[in-house]
Amino acid sequence: MSTLTTNYLAPTGREEAWRFTPLARVGGLLDSSIALESVNSVRITNAQPGVTLNVVRAADLAALSISDDLATIRAREFIEEVTHIQVAANSQISEPLILERIGLTGKPQASRTLISCGVNSHATIILHNSGEAILADEFEFDLASGSTLTFVSLQEWSGKAVHLGRQHAIIARDATFNSIVVTVGGSLVRLLPTVEFSGPGSSADLQGLYFATDGQHLEHRLHVDHNFPNAKSRVNYKGALAGDKAHTVWIGDVYIRSNAEGTDTYELNRNLLLSDGARADSVPNLEIETGEIVGAGHASTTGRFDDEQLFYLSSRGIPAEIARRLVIRGFFAEIVGKIKNEEIENRLMDRIDSELAKVGA
Amino acid sequence: MSTLEIKGLQVSVATESGFTEILRGVDLTIKSGETHAIMGPNGSGKSTLAYSIAGHPKYTITGGSVTLDGADVLAMSVDERAKAGLFLAMQYPVEVPGVSVTNFLRTAATAIRGEAPKVRTWVGEVKEAMKALNMDTNFAERNVNEGFSGGEKKRHEILQLELLKPKFAILDETDSGLDVDALRIVSEGVNRVKANSDLGIMLITHYTRILRYIKPDFVHVFAAGKIVEEGGPELADKLEEKGYAEYTTA
Ligand SMILES: Nc1ncnc2c1ncn2[C@@H]1O[C@H](COP(=O)(O)OP(=O)(O)OP(=O)(O)O)[C@@H](O)[C@H]1O
Ligand SMILES: [Mg+2]
Repeated sequence: MSTLTTNYLAPTGREEAWRFTPLARVGGLLDSSIALESVNSVRITNAQPGVTLNVVRAADLAALSISDDLATIRAREFIEEVTHIQVAANSQISEPLILERIGLTGKPQASRTLISCGVNSHATIILHNSGEAILADEFEFDLASGSTLTFVSLQEWSGKAVHLGRQHAIIARDATFNSIVVTVGGSLVRLLPTVEFSGPGSSADLQGLYFATDGQHLEHRLHVDHNFPNAKSRVNYKGALAGDKAHTVWIGDVYIRSNAEGTDTYELNRNLLLSDGARADSVPNLEIETGEIVGAGHASTTGRFDDEQLFYLSSRGIPAEIARRLVIRGFFAEIVGKIKNEEIENRLMDRIDSELAKVGA
Repeated sequence: MSTLEIKGLQVSVATESGFTEILRGVDLTIKSGETHAIMGPNGSGKSTLAYSIAGHPKYTITGGSVTLDGADVLAMSVDERAKAGLFLAMQYPVEVPGVSVTNFLRTAATAIRGEAPKVRTWVGEVKEAMKALNMDTNFAERNVNEGFSGGEKKRHEILQLELLKPKFAILDETDSGLDVDALRIVSEGVNRVKANSDLGIMLITHYTRILRYIKPDFVHVFAAGKIVEEGGPELADKLEEKGYAEYTTA
């Protein structure tokens, strides 16, 4: 067990990074008087040729990126071992690799995983988060040149779970990172899908959906660092909220540095408020240090249900609650369809349906 | 034999400066098998009449009644009106992102018929109806009205008419935006439904061209929120020639 060596201050809530987060509910993850237990929390359920998983001493596998995120700093401090998943160079992993969690106790824990994708490799990896947990969690993705990784992160946590996570990709020349983040479960989820580039011609496509009901706090803070010329990024997050005190936060920070000529970026966040008492914060932020770019834009909308759509469906005999379900499913279909896995699609949609039914939206 | 009876219908919409009255006492009775053309200037309230009968929440009924075989239509929810046998082909059909035409049609047919249509016959039924309307079958996989051209949206409305088989159809400018061939194809679709089911039709239009295909039994002139003249098919020709001047100069 590590000793407590940190001399940082726990956030007060006044910090920009924490101003939306209900700090009283983070379950001790940020409390400097509480030690986090190191856990190797990830296992592969369907071994595939071309993919290996090794558990390595943390001291032998330093983090690849710098982070000023307090939860990440805490996780790194207490981590004893790192789970290292490697996709061999030039391998084509035909079936999605499924990662499940193990060893989560519901006490404050920390976990770190590195996924390295070899040159010109292709893989889809699906992380299935479920059950109870209080977890500070870091994933790093190291994409070698020409590689493609699709990483699906499903937050289907149980009701009390707390998940503070960072998912950081470093994308080399001509490599493509596709992230699909789906957050429907947990009491408090705060995820940082972040991206930096390490070569030209690289691209990142960050898609996400979140659905918050009664009392859930679901926060996604994206950060795309265009620190290299000729890279492309797309961000598209959609959220729906129903029920009392459902709260979502979406932050989309995109930085285009002075050397990042030829950058092409667009970010979009759309929120659907299904009932009163829910609150969606949406803050897109685009900073541009060079004018020599292909394009840069952002949009954010938060709206209520489209009555015209409901009317159209109802006027064809479809009862109001089925019409609402159709519209909500339709709203999310764009993102869920990208997972390209019917079983997961159905499971997510069923969960959304049943949560909707619970709050009577 | 069914009867749709509109009596003294008054309708307002909420605006920033309070309620604005749009329908000022509409009287109209349509029986099964009859076709009533409604013609009138822009903004006279034709779509308001159509939407009010269908139950659009934007409109507030301030007087009068609408009954279908004696049943109070205005007391019904929107979906109940459809189940009771009313169908509105909209002037501006709504896009519903993420909901496929297939899923939509099947959900609607299930609701209207009270049971899910048998998969095997249903697929054939939809295909055939699409073919008859000259719609490419790939529309089935697309999202409802999303990215459809104006004419494609109208065909999609009539496709629903064919599949849902209502007692009364209100066609709100179904002919607008259709090319010459599409107008014929869509009109034939409406006539097919009428021939098979004794459909009663309220046909809102600005042009006599569609009336050559769908022959009206009655023509009504609509101006400033009510019906101001009634006649036979010859009235449409007179309107085409002379316009609405005599009805709008108060
Ligand atoms: N929300 C609203 N606020 C103010 N006025 C409205 C509103 N909705 C409708 N109106 C007005 O009601 C009147 C009737 O509109 P309606 O759409 O029924 O006309 P219409 O006869 O169908 O016209 P068109 O031939 O152009 O389709 C118009 O003057 C319109 O501007
Ligand atoms: Mg109109």
